[in-house]
Amino acid sequence: MDTDTAIVSIRNLTFSRGNRKIFDDISLDIHRGKITAIMGPSGTGKTTLLKIIGGQLRPEKGTVKVNGQNVHQLSLKSLYQLRKGMGMLFQSGALLTDINVYNNVAFPLREHTQLNESMIRSLVLMKLEAVGLRGARNLMPSELSGGMARRVALARAIALDPMMILYDEPFTGQDPISMATLVQLIKTLNMTLKLTSIIVSHDVKETAAIADYIYVLSQGKIIGQGTPEAIEQSDSTWVQQFMHGNADGPVHFHFPAIPYAEDLFSSDNPQ
Amino acid sequence: MIELLRQLGEKTRHSFAKLGRGSFFLMQIIMGTMDVLRRPALLSKQLYSIGVLSFFLISISGLFVGMVLGLQGYYILSNFGADEALGVMVATSLVRELGPVVGALLFAGRAGSALTAEIGLMKATEQLSGMEMMAIDPIKRIMTPRFLAGIISLPLLTALFSSVGVLGGHLVGVEMLGVDEGSYWAQMHAGLDVYDDILNGVIKSVVFGFVILWIALFEGYDAIPTSEGVSRATTRTVVNSAFAILGLDFILTALMFGDI
Repeated sequence: MDTDTAIVSIRNLTFSRGNRKIFDDISLDIHRGKITAIMGPSGTGKTTLLKIIGGQLRPEKGTVKVNGQNVHQLSLKSLYQLRKGMGMLFQSGALLTDINVYNNVAFPLREHTQLNESMIRSLVLMKLEAVGLRGARNLMPSELSGGMARRVALARAIALDPMMILYDEPFTGQDPISMATLVQLIKTLNMTLKLTSIIVSHDVKETAAIADYIYVLSQGKIIGQGTPEAIEQSDSTWVQQFMHGNADGPVHFHFPAIPYAEDLFSSDNPQ
Repeated sequence: MIELLRQLGEKTRHSFAKLGRGSFFLMQIIMGTMDVLRRPALLSKQLYSIGVLSFFLISISGLFVGMVLGLQGYYILSNFGADEALGVMVATSLVRELGPVVGALLFAGRAGSALTAEIGLMKATEQLSGMEMMAIDPIKRIMTPRFLAGIISLPLLTALFSSVGVLGGHLVGVEMLGVDEGSYWAQMHAGLDVYDDILNGVIKSVVFGFVILWIALFEGYDAIPTSEGVSRATTRTVVNSAFAILGLDFILTALMFGDI
């Protein structure tokens, strides 16, 4: 791994929730200007990883450096300064529901800049145009479809021209058309705005189509990494099961439990 | 027995932990005051949704409470031939006790519960997290304006409650039951003291406003971000606010008027 061009560099990260280890001593690098995908089955802590990178959660062990700064040793002020350079696209969009699309996109600009309203208007329209929703600027978030809400959130995430965007499951619950639009949009934005993108997803096909580098996580470990082609040809049964969506394989569909027959005949009180 | 002790210990530990989180939260809210005062637009929006929108509820309730006081007061006072003291009785009960207490209880039910639900849902829909990731402090941007707006609104609403109540008492006592209008106002004028009655009532309502807003905002912020969690938090806001208002009212009354 080449650390010179790494914008995010994670070393020996360990994080647990209760007794469950979400990450067990993982290290990874996210390279500048690239689209890096972090994939894995549900519940492997992909969103948690984004929150750790964004400084919203604190790891038990290990370091997370963004742009050379150790995220978890920064003061709140410096952390907020760093976050201005990171856009995050939440799974739900996380739009403010009491203001319309235009004001949602204008929100970070009004909070962080001293620009006058006409300048803000131009910027907001540019960002909305980039996601194809300039015409929807007067709609309220409740009037948007899931896909549109995510695109508005994306326009908001790029409002401050960040150096990097973190996408949390951007394709979940999208119809094929908005899925394809989003895939294209993420790629175009990354190229034209010279961003670095981190996509957390379990949508294999869409993500592999645009990612430059993929990490596959399962049960707290990185079980595979490489370019999409390399991952596709990986000889790891874990990676193969995940990439092809096979029901059989080392990753179990069932949550750990006592044997089925034993459970059916046990005299446990119904909970 | 040991299990009982364990549960008791755990509950106590949870309560103290929550109190600690709550105090820290309150401190952060108060520290954001200067930032909010520099942006009055944030405050005025909240004054509208917390204060102005409670206007109707408070004035109608004040009117009915005043009317009932007028009616009951008249029946009792007229037994002793003291019905001209109706004005001072209505006004004193309203300004000292009923205005601040009933006003605060209604305010907790109307604005407090709405705030908890709003903040809880903002948390559940990741709006607060989203703000943090946009490098905007949700406490300064969301909590402090609401907190200040509540503390400003409640004393004003209480004043409205008491004033409308006095008019309600007048409507029943003077207009309907025939108490002399001159003595209704004159007795009130002579019997009420600006410091003892009115100022103490205002102090009570400021204290109640502070406590209601603290409870409402913290319960929302600390809510488990699910529908059940938000619903429970909203209930806790109303119940805990009611306890706090009634308990504090006793303490404040004892300090202000009593010799306990």
